[in-house]
Amino acid sequence: MFNYYIKLAFKSFKRNPILSLLMVTAIALGIGASMTTITVNYLMSANPIPHKSEQLFHIQVDNWDPNNPFNDDEDALPNQLTWTDATNLTHAKKALRQSAMSMSGAIIEPQDSESKPFEASIRLAYTDFFAMFDVPFLYGGPWDNNSDSNREQVVVLSKRTNESVFGGENSIGKNIVIAGRHFQVVGVIDTWEVMPKFYDVNNGPFNETEELFMPFSLKEDLELPNWGNNNCWKSPDGEGYAAFLRSECINTQMWVELPNAQAEADYLDFLNNYVRSQKELGRFPRPLHNRLNDVMEWMERREVVEEDAKMMMWLSFMFLLVCLLNTIGLLLAKFTGKSSEIGLRLAVGASKADVFKQHIVETACIGLVGGIAGLGLTLVGLQGIKSLYGDFVDDLASLDASMIVVALVIALVSSIAAGLYPTWRACNISPASQLKSQ
Amino acid sequence: MKQSQPQTSTSWELGPILRAMLRNKVGAILIALQIAITMTIIVNSVYIIVERNKDMQRDSGIDNENSFYLTSVGFGDNFNVPNTVEEDLNMLRALPGVVDAIQTNAVPNSNSGWSMGLKTQSGVEHDAVGTAVYMVDDHGVNALDVEIIAGENFAPSDISLRIVGQVDWPNKTIITKAMAENLFPDINYADVVGKTVYINDIDPMVVVGIIDKLQAPWVNWSNVENVMLSPERQSFKGSRYFIRTEPGMRDTLMNQVEELLANSNNQRLIKGMRSIEETRERSYRGHTAMIKILTTVMVILTIVTALGIVGLASFSVNQRKKQIGTRRALGATQGTIIRYFMFENFLISSIGVLLGAILTVILNVILVNAFGLDRLDWFYIPIGMLVLWLVGQAAVFGPAKKAANIPPALATRTV
Repeated sequence: MFNYYIKLAFKSFKRNPILSLLMVTAIALGIGASMTTITVNYLMSANPIPHKSEQLFHIQVDNWDPNNPFNDDEDALPNQLTWTDATNLTHAKKALRQSAMSMSGAIIEPQDSESKPFEASIRLAYTDFFAMFDVPFLYGGPWDNNSDSNREQVVVLSKRTNESVFGGENSIGKNIVIAGRHFQVVGVIDTWEVMPKFYDVNNGPFNETEELFMPFSLKEDLELPNWGNNNCWKSPDGEGYAAFLRSECINTQMWVELPNAQAEADYLDFLNNYVRSQKELGRFPRPLHNRLNDVMEWMERREVVEEDAKMMMWLSFMFLLVCLLNTIGLLLAKFTGKSSEIGLRLAVGASKADVFKQHIVETACIGLVGGIAGLGLTLVGLQGIKSLYGDFVDDLASLDASMIVVALVIALVSSIAAGLYPTWRACNISPASQLKSQ
Repeated sequence: MKQSQPQTSTSWELGPILRAMLRNKVGAILIALQIAITMTIIVNSVYIIVERNKDMQRDSGIDNENSFYLTSVGFGDNFNVPNTVEEDLNMLRALPGVVDAIQTNAVPNSNSGWSMGLKTQSGVEHDAVGTAVYMVDDHGVNALDVEIIAGENFAPSDISLRIVGQVDWPNKTIITKAMAENLFPDINYADVVGKTVYINDIDPMVVVGIIDKLQAPWVNWSNVENVMLSPERQSFKGSRYFIRTEPGMRDTLMNQVEELLANSNNQRLIKGMRSIEETRERSYRGHTAMIKILTTVMVILTIVTALGIVGLASFSVNQRKKQIGTRRALGATQGTIIRYFMFENFLISSIGVLLGAILTVILNVILVNAFGLDRLDWFYIPIGMLVLWLVGQAAVFGPAKKAANIPPALATRTV
């Protein structure tokens, strides 16, 4: 029977080609617009590290101005830490893993005379960074704890940096000149682009991974520049780089790995005690207020999803609604046009349920065709987003399998919903009045 | 004409139209709803587009077409920043086609820069007014193409050298008119010259000049015209040069300058060379994209709604073929038939646009609350209503014309 209904649906499709085409187009446009914006929002709000996002925490402590909170929000806390607090907390080693981190940059001078020096971005971090975030390695591995404490000049390269400096070969143990100093390569990471770049959303949540990784403690020795966001409520005590580093300016991120709720509670206790001890030293003039944010809480708090993207998504849902209203109207027209045929079927013994099924199948076929066409339009839409926003959205505008399923489900569900009322009306035709007019 | 419509009491046939609409309520409601939601989306989109466009049209203060900048990063132990900057600037300023060149810490509209707070009274307890900081020398005013409208420019002797991690500030500053008015709302901007303002809570700076207009680096900042100039050159590893050229000379000079600087010293690299035009294009890319997307959505939406009206009207014409034929046979002219369908659509559209006006305001309130948009100006609503009315009338005209062409003989054939 089902196959017969499908056959009937296509017959009916052919009989009113323009009306049917209008409906398919309306559904396709609605699905295309909605899926384009849903995809962008879905990728922006994706969980970048799903298997352990609930065990990784970004730390916030309130070391801000006694007279003014960090911003106007309620429960506002500074979004980064001072160099002093981040290094103190890392050295305390009270979590399973922990790392202070910040962004910098320096010039790499390749040793062969043909290659020109170039500037590279640096992620300064502790060795735990790699294990905490499951960074994949191509060659070698992270530096060890000793390198952190002894401030050894060791470096982990990105795959691309390894390609441009060493031609992509295994460069472990080789020498590389960065910021005028000789560094030893200890590891090369494989392609690793987390989306969003959750560990440092201050400096562009959709930016690329850094080109070099080196021990955080080298920031002080090499006086590496601060590439990321820096915020001060009070100017440093004294002149020069060392004073800046030890000031109350915030420019450092701090992540810890805490495997369970107990560890989380213990860490918050430790954090509160740490701030209390700092208060005794005359720091932290504001009321005690510290917070651990897991990955998704942090993404939420920092509003990683662009407002324009959200706004477009809601507008596109309204767009879909118009397309569906359109479809309801057209279906109504189409089914009314078939009144005499339906009357005939009812008169020769079809039950209302049969007629209902027949027309729901017809509606679903329109929905499915519209949904498939809508997927095509989604691809066009995403291509459009890419060309409008430039390279940085490349990874934010691609369709994956789950999104294709979502698109088809939305198309089916919404077209069937749109078909309910017209179908109901079609079933309630009185056969007698239809047959009379023939 | 009166005798051609014997069955109606008014010449507009309100009664029959309403009775026909009531018999097909759902069809009319669907069209009205479509028109209402379409109007809601279109009016709010147009408003967003106009607002974004206004932002993009704001005057940056600098010479957008003829300015560019680049960064020179020194490496190696023998790289002397102050000397290099002095040599570079002398070379750049002497180049034919260059109007002026400066070293600066930040570039207007580039989305990256420094901000500080200025206070009118010394002390941590007073509120500060946030401002962007551009560190420039006495050529700054000329290179940035801004005009001193009160007070005077920095003198060469005012210029100091800022080192990495330096805390204190020079004792003079030039601020924009907007900044002067934000700091001292009660006095004329010209009288701000000579006043002392405080940076870092307590460090005094005397305002020596007021410039007409200059934008901060951050184009989406609400106080984008709060800007101060500080008379300093910078001794940082990376020096940014901002260069203003004679009209039409920019592209030639960009190539020339990059090469000259790169060749003049092999212990540095030149990076990030970009024209202000390109910088603004990048900073406003989100706006441009939003405008294009919303425009596309509006066009498609209007087409969808119009096609929906065409589809339903054609259908209703087909349904009423017999009646139309009968009316024609009874003496109704083609004009009467057309008018019937146009007026029917007008009534449905009227309900749609009235509902649309309410929904438009509701959506605007939601957008204001959720996304911090501005309130809609009232006149967008009547314009939106008018446009949707016209779209409805245009869409229904085709089917109405078709209806008018139904021959009176049809009535005799099928009844």
